[in-house]
Amino acid sequence: MARVDVRKTYKLYIGGKFPRSESGRSYEIRAADGGFVANAARASRKDARDAVVAARKAFAGWSSATAYNRGQILYRIAEMIEGRRDQFVAEVAAAEGLSTRKAAAVVEAAVDRWVWYAGWTDKFAQVFGASNPVAGPYFNFSVPEPTGVVAAFAPQSSSLLGFVSVVAPILTSGNTVVVVASEQRPLPVISLTEALATSDVPAGVVNVLTGHVDELAPHLAGHMDVNAVDLTGLAERDTVELEQRAAENVKRVVRPPSREPDWNATPDPTRIMAFTETKTVWHPMGL
Amino acid sequence: MSLSIHPAAADGPLTEVTASESALRRFLHGLPGVDQVGAEARAADLATRSIKTDAKRWAIDMAIRMTDLTTLEGQDTPGKVRALSTKAVQPDPSDPTVPSVAAVCVYPDLVEVAVEAVRGSGVQVAAVATAFPSGRSFMDVKLLDTRRAVEAGATEVDMVIDRGAFLAGHYGKVLDEIQQIKAACGDAHLKVILETGELVTLDNARRASWLALAGGADFIKTSTGKVTPASTTAVTLVMLEAVRDFFFATGQRRGVKSAGGIRSAKEAIRYLVLVNETAGPDWLTPDLFRLGASSLLNDLLMQRHKQATGRYWSTDYLTLD
Amino acid sequence: MTDTPVRNTRVPDMATPLWEYAPAPESRDIVTIDSSYGLFIGGEWVEPSDGTMFKTVNPATEEVLAEVAQAGRADVDRAVGAARKAFGRWAKLPGAERGKYLYRIARIIQERARELAVLESIDNGKPIKETRDIDLPLVAAHFFYYAGWADKLAWAGLGPDPRPLGVAGQIIPWNFPLLMLAWKVAPALACGNTVVLKPAETTPLTALLFAEICRQADLPPGVVNIVTGAGETGRHLVEHDGVDKIAFTGSTEVGKQIQRTVAGTGKRVTLELGGKAANVIFDDAPIDQAVEGIVNGIFFNQGHVCCAGSRLLVQESVHDAVIDKLKRRLGTLRLGDPLDKNTDIGAINSSVQLDRITELVSAGEQEGAQRWQPECDLPERGYWFPPTVFTGVAQSHRIAREEIFGPVVSVLPFRTPAEAIEKANNTPYGLSAGVWTEKGSRILWMAQRLRAGVVWANTFNKFDPASPFGGYKESGFGREGGRHGLGAYLAGGVH
Repeated sequence: MARVDVRKTYKLYIGGKFPRSESGRSYEIRAADGGFVANAARASRKDARDAVVAARKAFAGWSSATAYNRGQILYRIAEMIEGRRDQFVAEVAAAEGLSTRKAAAVVEAAVDRWVWYAGWTDKFAQVFGASNPVAGPYFNFSVPEPTGVVAAFAPQSSSLLGFVSVVAPILTSGNTVVVVASEQRPLPVISLTEALATSDVPAGVVNVLTGHVDELAPHLAGHMDVNAVDLTGLAERDTVELEQRAAENVKRVVRPPSREPDWNATPDPTRIMAFTETKTVWHPMGL
Repeated sequence: MSLSIHPAAADGPLTEVTASESALRRFLHGLPGVDQVGAEARAADLATRSIKTDAKRWAIDMAIRMTDLTTLEGQDTPGKVRALSTKAVQPDPSDPTVPSVAAVCVYPDLVEVAVEAVRGSGVQVAAVATAFPSGRSFMDVKLLDTRRAVEAGATEVDMVIDRGAFLAGHYGKVLDEIQQIKAACGDAHLKVILETGELVTLDNARRASWLALAGGADFIKTSTGKVTPASTTAVTLVMLEAVRDFFFATGQRRGVKSAGGIRSAKEAIRYLVLVNETAGPDWLTPDLFRLGASSLLNDLLMQRHKQATGRYWSTDYLTLD
Repeated sequence: MTDTPVRNTRVPDMATPLWEYAPAPESRDIVTIDSSYGLFIGGEWVEPSDGTMFKTVNPATEEVLAEVAQAGRADVDRAVGAARKAFGRWAKLPGAERGKYLYRIARIIQERARELAVLESIDNGKPIKETRDIDLPLVAAHFFYYAGWADKLAWAGLGPDPRPLGVAGQIIPWNFPLLMLAWKVAPALACGNTVVLKPAETTPLTALLFAEICRQADLPPGVVNIVTGAGETGRHLVEHDGVDKIAFTGSTEVGKQIQRTVAGTGKRVTLELGGKAANVIFDDAPIDQAVEGIVNGIFFNQGHVCCAGSRLLVQESVHDAVIDKLKRRLGTLRLGDPLDKNTDIGAINSSVQLDRITELVSAGEQEGAQRWQPECDLPERGYWFPPTVFTGVAQSHRIAREEIFGPVVSVLPFRTPAEAIEKANNTPYGLSAGVWTEKGSRILWMAQRLRAGVVWANTFNKFDPASPFGGYKESGFGREGGRHGLGAYLAGGVH
């Protein structure tokens, strides 16, 4: 008789812990072939609220870590993903209806993408910062700083690579994030949160919600303690109202593309800069 | 080698500095600044000293002898103070070679109990006074607090400075309070608590140190232990530099007490290294350096057992008072 | 070879120390030193073609550590050939893949950090406290930093698709053997070059252990080649037609020879040479931290630092106070066994270097400066020199002009900032400088006028892979570290 396997329960990831939704709700995740896979937690606006609180609490520590330290932590996350390669390959294959070979390519790309962003932590300031030659006896320099708490919507179709491509650049500069995973394909990301929990990333730096994107979006886009919102995962939806809500506290908004992009393309460090503020300092030079 | 007077005190002995509020302000504000990054780096570098075998055994015993065993809780009772005092006199009942601590430190209304419990042992009784820990009360109340503690038999008084006055720049007021409390102490020695956690900057810690020393403090003390951060090695470094420079300026040796948050023998030994390499070996005596702590003592005893037997110890074999 | 380490670590200038720190030796067991080493070429250990070997010695005890190969012209040729052969594939690898090899190397360095630190202390003479807490973390960090650039060169400001140069010949000094290796190898590889590296004659061992680390990381053979030897080996490398780029750190004298040799050849070259840095203390300096900075500036690594703060320029109004505090502080320095965790000052790297220091110090006295040293028991065996302070130094004294490369600081007073600048810049060197003052605007005013590639304000001898390092004038040209460090290893641009 075939062994009965121990199936996993899928929860939210908030403040370094794995709670169920406070609403007690869940929703069905189906595989590409329509078969039942699991019941994922269906996050409520209160879960979103709690996630923002956790992200805000974690911001001071994460943003004041040295760039080297953040790079080391992000790099270790890549090691954790690589270490769980087979698990991710299976989940991506199931979620996206891919062959094992293609799913493996996706997972490898996700690891490499994470490594790419880990390597930017101690460099983007050198590329995007400057000392500015002003016309006076002043030393003037501009440095990019993290904006704060970012609410992000991961792409709907690319269950892992897309998620990594959206979340990693937010973390690189020192922001903390509340990210809503792909609604129909969240399971690889939930495994990723397990990897995060065993890496050195401090609790609350990354918070992941699963659930109905349209239900959660207005609360995150309108939250007054969120500094920026990344609507990348809401491609092909009408986000006008969300952007209007975001205006209430002048959030920085990254608009959704018209169509979900090919995540295999080489990314751009301007994605890091989208979530930074540039601070310019003047200081006289004199005796 | 010629010893030069501290540059800021080059104007003359400290009585000139304390003659007026403005002279005091000029002196304190004229002290060299402390670079926080540099000071913390020096403290961190000294923390890498590796103290082993005989050096470690010596340090553990010295740390025990320098401990002011402390209980300062609203819920303290005579029973608690008696138990603490017994432990202070003989920290490890199974080993009479363990030295006594320097002092017990209690609230003024329990001094009498402590005095009785340590009688004949050589252990001092220190009382916190002056509306400890906040210091927020009237001067006559603070003076009465001090006098009654001394009358009850306290041989040491740990006072708090008025941090509000200090941060508002009323240095003369702070100085005057110290001088008055010092007078009220009589023969008791006075420790002046700077509460460096509330002063925040190392520059303030340096200024407050000099202010307290000028006011007659026998010891300058980091913290009440009721505020976080309490003692740190960086702030203790600055205070040790102050007593060292005070010595070169006046010829008088004053002490430093680090209090609050020092829980492990390892940390205690780090403080001794700081003393040794900043103020110098002359300060390695309970007469000039103290550690204000409560749970530290048991960890020192644990380490002492480890050094003696080679085994890691258990608190089952120590008293938990 | 018997191990007879010196255990006599005494605190100088204290009559009877109340509290003697007991010996706290770091164990040597963690590292295995072979009796003999070959050359690392094409991913393999090979014998030198004419079989010459030389010995490397522990400068703290004079014990012989190992025999090391002397690479001759044919060996260098073979190494360059291996590097050239590996270059084609290495350069064509996507940057991300090159980066992952460098990440592996960085990780292995972290894993073997203690072993490398102990080996470095034994071969070089510097204290384990420094190799463990400063050298090794920086080595790992350098590899991590440049690993991250390998796939980002398009954003380095050097054009959309910068190409590597080819084979880099790299010659490094003995003062920070593994760290200098990291400074050279990491950016070269990240940019797609392959390397032939010659470690210093007196400190080959960590480079040879690094070769093992390359094998553990499965680095493709020939990407890194290590050829040990002395000056001759370096000359063969510099003269070799198959080398596209020379990177040299060492003495100004040899640097000039190299520059002459590559003239007209089209070889790219970067030089990091000597220094005679001025450490300027103003009257409003945070005095206690300034004294730490002085100590750090010239006694860290026994003063074997090209950017050492070897000239102390003190504003006259605080001269005596600073010198008194400095002397008192020097009394707490602990000189002795480099493997003792409490040692602050280790051995001088070689008898040659010790002779040079001794000669210059003697010249200083003859020229009329006043020498002061804390009381110091020097161990009987090994090469040792106590920390030394010269006061009453004039600009014209040899000890104010020539690089001593030892634990000797020369003190000169100044009166105004303009005078400080004039004196600080009055040297053919221009590697680094220090400024100590609480006044921010003065820091920036001084930094603007100091002709030095690195200016440290209220700190000294701080290094980071993200921070460019290099000199003006005869301290060399080119920068290592940071985004600027990439330019040395990429084609294009003006040279």
